[in-house]
Amino acid sequence: MAILEVKNVGKRFGGLQALGDVNLSVAENSVHAIIGPNGAGKSTLLNCLVGKLIPDTGSVMFDGQSVLGRKPYEINQMGISRVFQTPEIFGDLTVLENMLIPCFAKRDGAFRMHAIEGIDNEKDILGKAEHMLEEMKLIDKREMNAASMSRGDKRRLEIAMCLAQDPRLLLLDEPTAGMARADTNNTIDLLKQIKEERDITIAIIEHDMHVVFSLAERITVLAQGTPLVEDTPDNIKGHPKVREAYLGETQDAA
Amino acid sequence: MLGLNKKDFGLLIIVAILTMAAPFILNPFPEGSAMAQFNAGYPDLMQRLVIFGIFAIGFNILFGLTGYLSFGHAAFLGVGSYAAIWMMKLLTMNVIPAIVVSIVIAGLFALLVGWISLRRSGIYFSILTLAFAQMSYALAYSVLTPITGGETGLQPKYTDPRILDGALEAGQSPRANLFGLDMRASSELVMGNWVFTFNAGYYIAAIVMLIAFYMSIRIFRSPFGMMLRAVKSNQQRMNYTGLNSKPYTLAAFVISGMYAGLAGGLLVAMDTQVGAERMFWTASGEVVLMTILGGAGTLIGPVLGAGLIKYMENIVSKINKGVLEQWFAFMPDGIEDLLVTMIYPFVGKGWHLTLGIIFMLVVIFLPGGLVEGGQRIGRLFGRKKPSDSSPDGSKTPAE
Amino acid sequence: MDAIILQILNGLDKGSAYALIALGLTLIFGTLGVVNFAHGALFMIGAFCAVTFSKFLTLSHTVIDENKTDFLGNPAKIEVPYIYDLFGQATGDAIIDWAVPLSLIVSIPVMVGIGFIMERGLIKHFYKRPHADQILVTFGLAIVLQEVIKYYYGANPIPTPAPDAFRGSFDFGAMMGFDPNTIIYPYWRLVYFAFAAVIIGAVFAFLQFTTFGMVVRAGMADRETVGLLGINIDKRFTIMFGIAAAVAGLAGVMYAPINSPNYHMGMDFLVLSFVVVVVGGMGSLPGAVLAGFLLGILESFASMAVVLELIPGINQVIIYLVAIIILLTRPRGLMGRKGVMEE
Repeated sequence: MAILEVKNVGKRFGGLQALGDVNLSVAENSVHAIIGPNGAGKSTLLNCLVGKLIPDTGSVMFDGQSVLGRKPYEINQMGISRVFQTPEIFGDLTVLENMLIPCFAKRDGAFRMHAIEGIDNEKDILGKAEHMLEEMKLIDKREMNAASMSRGDKRRLEIAMCLAQDPRLLLLDEPTAGMARADTNNTIDLLKQIKEERDITIAIIEHDMHVVFSLAERITVLAQGTPLVEDTPDNIKGHPKVREAYLGETQDAA
Repeated sequence: MLGLNKKDFGLLIIVAILTMAAPFILNPFPEGSAMAQFNAGYPDLMQRLVIFGIFAIGFNILFGLTGYLSFGHAAFLGVGSYAAIWMMKLLTMNVIPAIVVSIVIAGLFALLVGWISLRRSGIYFSILTLAFAQMSYALAYSVLTPITGGETGLQPKYTDPRILDGALEAGQSPRANLFGLDMRASSELVMGNWVFTFNAGYYIAAIVMLIAFYMSIRIFRSPFGMMLRAVKSNQQRMNYTGLNSKPYTLAAFVISGMYAGLAGGLLVAMDTQVGAERMFWTASGEVVLMTILGGAGTLIGPVLGAGLIKYMENIVSKINKGVLEQWFAFMPDGIEDLLVTMIYPFVGKGWHLTLGIIFMLVVIFLPGGLVEGGQRIGRLFGRKKPSDSSPDGSKTPAE
Repeated sequence: MDAIILQILNGLDKGSAYALIALGLTLIFGTLGVVNFAHGALFMIGAFCAVTFSKFLTLSHTVIDENKTDFLGNPAKIEVPYIYDLFGQATGDAIIDWAVPLSLIVSIPVMVGIGFIMERGLIKHFYKRPHADQILVTFGLAIVLQEVIKYYYGANPIPTPAPDAFRGSFDFGAMMGFDPNTIIYPYWRLVYFAFAAVIIGAVFAFLQFTTFGMVVRAGMADRETVGLLGINIDKRFTIMFGIAAAVAGLAGVMYAPINSPNYHMGMDFLVLSFVVVVVGGMGSLPGAVLAGFLLGILESFASMAVVLELIPGINQVIIYLVAIIILLTRPRGLMGRKGVMEE
């Protein structure tokens, strides 16, 4: 069953047709990768899914409900969490506080005026946050300023923050961009582990073919704002259209 | 204790002791001595110290936590003052209704201004708040004269209706009171050459300040306070974490507006008068200075900053040439003249110059304000374990 | 009709001042990315350049005039400006009379120098700091500058008249063929407007037609790319700061006869100029100029008796009201560029 259904989505910026006529369906509990050369419209598509952009045409349904016209925080509360290309975390806050915020957001919703009771008294939330940090092996950094962590740790923290909300769909925007090989492999293992342990759908936009073919169950290739093919990784590897779109890019990656 | 952890409770107790003992602490020099002008233990000044402390504490909840720099907070102080004086004119000279209404009215006004201004951020937000404050000021001076008294301002008169109080006789001036306790009632304690003044108004204002300070600690330590810091840190992540940042910032704006209204109401409770200049943008600038000077985002910083600026305003501005000459009289004439000439521009009427220089130095070298300075000095001498990093940097009271 | 023309004319001089200050603010913001709260102080310092120059010209020494006696019968002491000794009385008087326009010559190097010192000594260190810090430190600087001026010149406004030739008013209405005596306009204000137009034109021409200006405009659009081209953009930006300071200063010099300079005139203008910049669109030079004149003229229209009868007090708040409406409906201002000061 499809948890995310994108139908006939188009988006135009002035004279540039960023997305042509995108149809995409992501099956529940699958790992779906969206690949394509630079300027293929991957980021535009992603931004349409999370409410940052509103497409000119078409519909985006998540779990039977339309996400169009909703604000990013509303879409997040529906169960879509997003991991950014460069880790977006609360740099001025401690690692533990970074973890607490999504826990509060999950329990209390988009806004709650809990200005009197101290955080120290929220035992449940504290327990959950610390448990997540332990799971992500970040617990000994709990009092550290999040901005002063290494990039790999920031990425782990960001993923942990997204998972703390128990999302049904996790969107990753080039999660290994700019990472060293070792960090990339760690991230792949982490995502595999997440997939095994949870009922979660993962949609991933990625450049690195190594990551894509290690994780994805289905792959959509996007070129010039329209989906070229959608298939299993094995079939995609040898697909002539894909090779053409990438101008040989896939050869050294695969 | 009181829902605070040990360290915060300790901080609250220290502030409480300092404010309660202020008549002693601020009067360290015997009457008639050369240093007597550094005494600040007179009611009028002490009241201002704590009231502007409240103003700065509230401003800090907005600026220190969310990072939204409002250049128009004096408008809320002014609106609170006008609301308070009208309560005194119409209802009673008892300060309770005046103060309560000043908080409510300022809060409502802040809700309106915040609702509009918070549609923008960064410098646009600063300019919007500035525009609202300047508009309020201009209107209070001109068209709204029937409500604000225009240039002359407002004062309670014996002819006012004051439905809850008994009528006053002609010429009798109404006195602000708390259930009969006159705000201006003072008792003096003479100990040798020292004279200490205990003023009812000061103690009431100080108690209100302590409550306000206590509330701000609770807000800082609450999930709400953490969300406000999240707004400052990364709004994008906040929105993609399912949190609507706008009501959080608006709530912070309204709370800080209510603090400003409370300060305005208290000012009226102390001196029963108000003028539009209270809303001028320099007054808004002053609370920014106080908060930054003390340390934005820290608990105690704004109180320290407010205290220091109001102290300087009253004390440094009183030093004139004669006083300087008296101080340096023991030196040879040439050096005396030189010193007097060198220092004179910075004291007396020139105290704003000193303020401006100190403020610049703080922004350049100590962005964390006096609190950061205190921490650095503490680290220099203490060499103790690095304090367990509390998130807002309010590690030491920096006293 | 004549009433409308009168109000437009009345708005022009204030609008010119707004436009000139806003132009400098925008130059600094657009090139250096710094929000300069001390810009009003530069305007004020310019005005005090005029004051100082006039005082300097009238520096005098005492001579004893044997031909005249004072009321005690002693020979009278009279003050003779040094300038008489140099040029003779007639020329000396003319020079003193023309002090304000002449001080333009002196104030250009002075203002450029102050601009350089400010940028190299202070602003430079704030490029990488948050806008809030920039606002705060320049706000502190503005306080310091105006207090220094207050210390040396006192708190009272110092009348600084325009040359005799421009002191009067003229009947603009009669000139234009309307009824006489309906549009009376002081000469100096017209001079001020013309002066502002020349300065604005010069700045735009400079940016448009010189290589230097081209690089600066490119830098305003995309600082990093220009930096990559190997052009020393920082040095050019320092010069740009000097020019912006000079523009503000010259605006101040010429404004001295319209409003006797006092130490807080800079702040009064700054608050409004910021509103002007925001209305025009942060980072847009034409926007700053347009909004400056627009708001100046709107303000004078709002001061008309007819309007005031309709909406009392509107003249006090019109600029702020317009700013609020514009900011809410056009977040980037009238001509703002995308991506400037947006989080």
